[in-house]
Amino acid sequence: MLRTERLVKEFRGFRAVGGKDGVDLAVREGETHALVGPNGAGKTTLFNLLSGALAPSSGRIYLREREVTGLPAHTIARLGVARSFQVSSVFDDRTVRSHVDLTLLAHSSLRTRFLTSVRSLGAFAERTTEVLELVGLGHLGDRRAGDLAYGQKRALELAMVVAADPAVLLLDEPTAGMGTEDIERTIDLIQRIKGGRTIVLVEHNMKVVGMLADTVSVLQAGELIASGTYSDVRSDPRVVDAYLGAHRA
Amino acid sequence: MITVRLVQSARRNQTAGWALLGAGALLALMLPWLVYPPIAVDILAWALFAMSIDILFGYAGMLSFGHAAFWGVSAYATGLAAIELGVPFPLAILVGAVSAALVAVPIGLVAVRTHGIYFTMVTLAFAQLIYYIANRWSSLTGGENGLQGIPRDFVGLEWSDPFVYYHAALLIVAIGFWVAWRSVNSPTGQVLVALRANPARVRALGFSVERYRVFAFVLSAFLAGIAGGVYAIGHRMVTLQDLYWTTSGEGIAMAVLGGTATLFGSIVGAALLVLLEDFLATSGIEATGSVTGAVFVLILLFFRGGIWGAVSAALARLRGTSQDDVLERPPPTGPAVPPSNAAEEATTQGSDVK
Repeated sequence: MLRTERLVKEFRGFRAVGGKDGVDLAVREGETHALVGPNGAGKTTLFNLLSGALAPSSGRIYLREREVTGLPAHTIARLGVARSFQVSSVFDDRTVRSHVDLTLLAHSSLRTRFLTSVRSLGAFAERTTEVLELVGLGHLGDRRAGDLAYGQKRALELAMVVAADPAVLLLDEPTAGMGTEDIERTIDLIQRIKGGRTIVLVEHNMKVVGMLADTVSVLQAGELIASGTYSDVRSDPRVVDAYLGAHRA
Repeated sequence: MITVRLVQSARRNQTAGWALLGAGALLALMLPWLVYPPIAVDILAWALFAMSIDILFGYAGMLSFGHAAFWGVSAYATGLAAIELGVPFPLAILVGAVSAALVAVPIGLVAVRTHGIYFTMVTLAFAQLIYYIANRWSSLTGGENGLQGIPRDFVGLEWSDPFVYYHAALLIVAIGFWVAWRSVNSPTGQVLVALRANPARVRALGFSVERYRVFAFVLSAFLAGIAGGVYAIGHRMVTLQDLYWTTSGEGIAMAVLGGTATLFGSIVGAALLVLLEDFLATSGIEATGSVTGAVFVLILLFFRGGIWGAVSAALARLRGTSQDDVLERPPPTGPAVPPSNAAEEATTQGSDVK
């Protein structure tokens, strides 16, 4: 579904992603694929390469066997790859509903209209209601997003990701900064919105990884050192070493 | 119950809105009887100019200090079309506005890659470049003399009467107001407001951020161009002053005084400054700049949201309703430079460059 070939990203000579030979990552259709690794391993950079937020220094990225290397983030988004952000990035002054409307607008021909009333976004009302109910925000549609609780903001973030019915979800630490209760609710939510979609997620919380991921890929110093099921990867000596090494340092 | 009250309040707001619009339209129609007619035309032109800056600054968060380029280019193009080609003045103004928009395309393509103060500086630099070109290219622009004696012809009517011209200008400017209002309250306007807050997020949703920025810039230039054209026909002359950076500064001052992100505040700001400058010019006070500056500082000291912002806040308090606008509206921008989006954009550098 999503595949990289010898992918490398360098920042001024520093190889953030790539290691010796570049990263070959393969995400199968319909699976939930977690990227894990110690801080600075290049997870977020790899994530930004997949979503088009960064262009790779070398290597290729394929989406359903179509090469998407170097395409801008908005084009990749319109090809059906939706990403969430680690830092909650809702628009404080907008209503909850209008976040979902805005997401749907990006995929609609209305998006370039400038002599049409904003009321035309009413065309999305049905889908917007449906999505908000799915993430449990149905009763808060007219609330200002800035007034939501932290967990609700993260739920709104997921509503924006899933609204336009993308084939691939890229979730950047969906449980970052959450307490146990919110984490459980988020795991439940992600399972609910998944459907047949493919999910790639960056996650620090191993419990979340264990519950959600079909496949786990471990990055260390920009290199993909292991990829497999959670239990396989957990017992991989290189992985143990990477984690213990990171902890010791 | 709450729904009913909301609906009622929305309806009351709508009625109040129509009443305000009606009162404004009546005042606009009567204006040349209230003030000296050429001054009334100036108010119209500056109001649309300030509004064009407000679209960009107040809504999309881009403070252009180069709008004199669009006002001036259009003024010259309007004047040349009327003098050299003898086209009727409404068409000449359209030629001017289109010229301004065309000039804005390359400037916009470069400028939208920068943010905050850098955007402001880049637009200023381009405007000054055009100013120098116009100064040197005197065979076309008349150099220091500018363009003189611009005809004001249209279907053989007599347009020398400033009352008559005022009402023609009002119609043209009103169309400009409508385009400005409609576009900020359009789907595109929603995207612009959102990308001002978080461009990286908007890009990830699937919007081409640069394309929206360029579009806003060109649309704004087109409206600034209509304003410059109306002004040129009104004065029947164009001078280098119209391209000078102080013209941009004046437009920004009007937009900020009236209240940014309000659109109609620009009309109030323009009326206030034009009338104040006219009063000072005839009053014999010499330090006109100091007086204008002091008024500017005082108003912003007491009303951070500008005049329109202060009035609408007072009205809302009077009605006991908080903001119940159906539309998404950004918070009013203070006089300071908008927050730089450089940090958010830093992570996405180079992604859209192709």
